[in-house]
This record gives sequence, C-alpha cells and structure tokens, in this order.
Amino acid sequence: MINDFNYLKPGSVKEAFEMYAEHDDCKVICGGQSLLIVMRQGMVAPEYLLDIKGLDELRYIKYDEKDGLRIGATTTHREIEKSPVIQEKYPVLALMENKLASIQTRNWGTIGGNLAHADPAGDPAPVLIALNANIKVGGINGERTMPLEDFFKDYFETALEKGELVLEVHVPVPPPKTAVVYQKFNLLDSDMGIVAVAASITLNGDDTCKDARIVLGNAAPIPKRVKNAEDLLKDKKFDEKLFEEAGKISYEESEPVADIHASEEHRRHLLSVLTKRMIKKAWEQARAVA
Amino acid sequence: MEKRALKLSVNGQEYEVFIHPKTLLVEVIRDHLGFTGTKRGCETVSCGACTVLVNGVSVKSCSILAVQVEGMEVTTVEGLEKDGKLSPIQKAFLDNGSYQCGFCTPGMLMSATAFLNENEGREVTEHEIREGIEGNICRCTGYNSIVRAIDAVAKGTYKEE
Repeated sequence: MINDFNYLKPGSVKEAFEMYAEHDDCKVICGGQSLLIVMRQGMVAPEYLLDIKGLDELRYIKYDEKDGLRIGATTTHREIEKSPVIQEKYPVLALMENKLASIQTRNWGTIGGNLAHADPAGDPAPVLIALNANIKVGGINGERTMPLEDFFKDYFETALEKGELVLEVHVPVPPPKTAVVYQKFNLLDSDMGIVAVAASITLNGDDTCKDARIVLGNAAPIPKRVKNAEDLLKDKKFDEKLFEEAGKISYEESEPVADIHASEEHRRHLLSVLTKRMIKKAWEQARAVA
Repeated sequence: MEKRALKLSVNGQEYEVFIHPKTLLVEVIRDHLGFTGTKRGCETVSCGACTVLVNGVSVKSCSILAVQVEGMEVTTVEGLEKDGKLSPIQKAFLDNGSYQCGFCTPGMLMSATAFLNENEGREVTEHEIREGIEGNICRCTGYNSIVRAIDAVAKGTYKEE
C-alpha cells in the first residue's frame, strides 16, 4: 500500500527548490518508475511528495561540438534512445537506453530519476561514468557540478544534500580515437543486469592504449571503477592475454551480492568475462574511429 | 492528504475525477471511470497488462500517479474501435488467434498500436515487432500468433475501409 502523502506540484524549478527546502520528510518523484515500486512495498513512506515530472525546463537534449552533450533531468529514457544526435555522437548511450527496462518504462521514466534513485543495477550510471560525465545538482542555495562517479555514495544513497535536485547530466566530447561500449548480462531482455560492464578505450596514434575507463554495474554498492585494470592497459598494445588479466582484476575487486538471480561467485565470473570482452570490443572500435 | 480534482481525457471524452494524490492511473481508469479492459497484473512495472497510451505513447498505468496525467489524453483498449468497428490490430488478433486466456490482450493491443503508429509507412522486421512488445508478458500464446497479427497489420493486410 502506498502511504498517504501530501502532494506538491511546483510550476518551475525555482518553485521546486523553495518547496523542497520548506518541507521536511519530502521525496521527489519524476517518472516514479522505481519510486512507486518501493513506496508500494512500504520501504519509502514520505510525508510529502514533490512532483517534478512536469518541469519541462529540465526536459532537453543539447549538443555542442565543443561543450558536448547536456541532458536535462526530466528527459525520458525513450527521448535519449531516439535522439538522432545521441545516436550519432554517443551511440553507446542510445544502445544502453534501448535495453533499459521496457518501452513503457522508458516512455515515462527519466534520466534524472534513474540517477537519483541510485540503484547499483541501474544501466545509465556505468555508461555515463565511462563517458566521463558530470552531474549538475541544485537547490535554493545554488547549483554545483561534480563528476558522476562521485555522486554515488552507497546503495540508493547519493551526494545530494537536503533540498537538492538532480538538474542535468553533462557528457564531454570524447577524446579522439575513443570508443565506449556496454553490456549487461541478463536472462530477459528488459530486465536489469545481473551484472554489467562499461568500457571506454582511448588509443594513441600507434594504437597503444592512452586511457581506459572500466566501470562495473551491480558489482558493488555503487557503480565501481576498476582503476587497477585501467592502469594495466595504459601504454600497452592490443593483447588478449592482457584483457584476460584485466578481467581477473574485475573478478577480485568486485563486491557483488548473492541473490535469487546469481551467486556471488557467478557474478564475479560474469564480470571477469564481460570486462575482457568489453575492453576488446572498445579497443577494436577505437581503432576504427578518427 | 487532501483530495484533488483531476481533469483528463480518456478515449476522446473529457472527465473530471476527485481523487487522493496517491491514486494510480490504473485505478482512475478502472475504478473511477469503469474502463475495465485495462488490467491490473503484477503492479511492479513488469507484466504490461495495464498498458495504456498517454498522449500517444505507451505507459504502464499501474506505476503512474494519476495526478501526473493532468490534462493529457489517455487511450485504453476501449478506445481502439471506431464507430463500432474493430481497429485493424483487433481484427488481426481475432484472425490469428493471438490470445488465449485474454488477460494480457488489452495491454498487448495497446503496445501493438503504439508500435504500429510509430512505424507507420515503413517496413518492420520480426525482431522489431518482438522488441515492440518487450514490455508485455503473455503466458498462453508463446507470442508467435501475436507477432503474426502485428506483422499482418504492418504489411497492410487490414487497411481500414
């Protein structure tokens, strides 16, 4: 049963900041595709619900060749999936969205809501962290921007301070010769990943690795970067044995839980295999891009 | 918790209901307005039996607060027929035996309708059709007869007279 709550509907972002600051025990709802489920389970029972779904000020996808991509918090998953500029410039984002839950959920659920919910099995976070994205949050005391990887603090916990909303995701222009790929492992196409791996590979002119970002999904309380695996790849040439080594690091450094979907051991195994495959795939794609 | 008035349009008709803000869209559709074609299934955004269109796009009405569709146009399975005539996809479901127990059918028809509207005038693959109904679970048919029905409409077999 969803608890009785008082409903707050701001007409603007400014009004949302004010309402959020004025009310204690207030949760924010946007698409509610995650929140309403936990409210129905009684796990979240706020006195006030602040509904920002209608704030079209935050519903935008902007791209600039120097600045990169900016996605407003109330933009739906489906809008990201179908955006021609995202399909062209950040194909990994569109492909990830295409596999996020079902069409119906993507039509109503939003990117800001997904990130603020901070489910470690969420699809967008690992991909966006691999893309070196930043997140802009704000409240009545002003706005601040941080790397997305610093935003997640624990299971369903973020760096949002009291009275702050997620406002925007910013994805910088990737460096030359960079490719980013993502794969989750699941049994049904529209499920959350049992585990997932995002990998970004940037190559030098001689095809050695200049930079790597490897992010594990549903492998720890927060999206987890495997920096030891990234460092292992730097300055190296394409070498499948090396990718295997990187996979072993994912195996060792992940902290997955065991549940009805997979044991801890099975999750670690899947993470090592996906890490190896994603590095190889990103590397091969990076060779092909200018 | 105060009740509030909500205006929305369902199947082309304007309605005003007086609801608690925690009321879900499926509850307004079924319990307040009596459109019981829309089903309550899993209530966890998984099964798709509650699928309706809001401003033309498919959503799961079990997991949307009704207050969020203020002023919007909702289409339920009852809204598919026009002047007593079944829509092409409804006819195709009949001809292809695309249902057995029927519980998923209203939601399946709405997802199929959204898919066909979105892809009007272009050829679609079987894979695309299957992706189009990815959010709807059917435990009877094995999906093949549903896919055949959608494919038949996409190919123009059921052009409206």
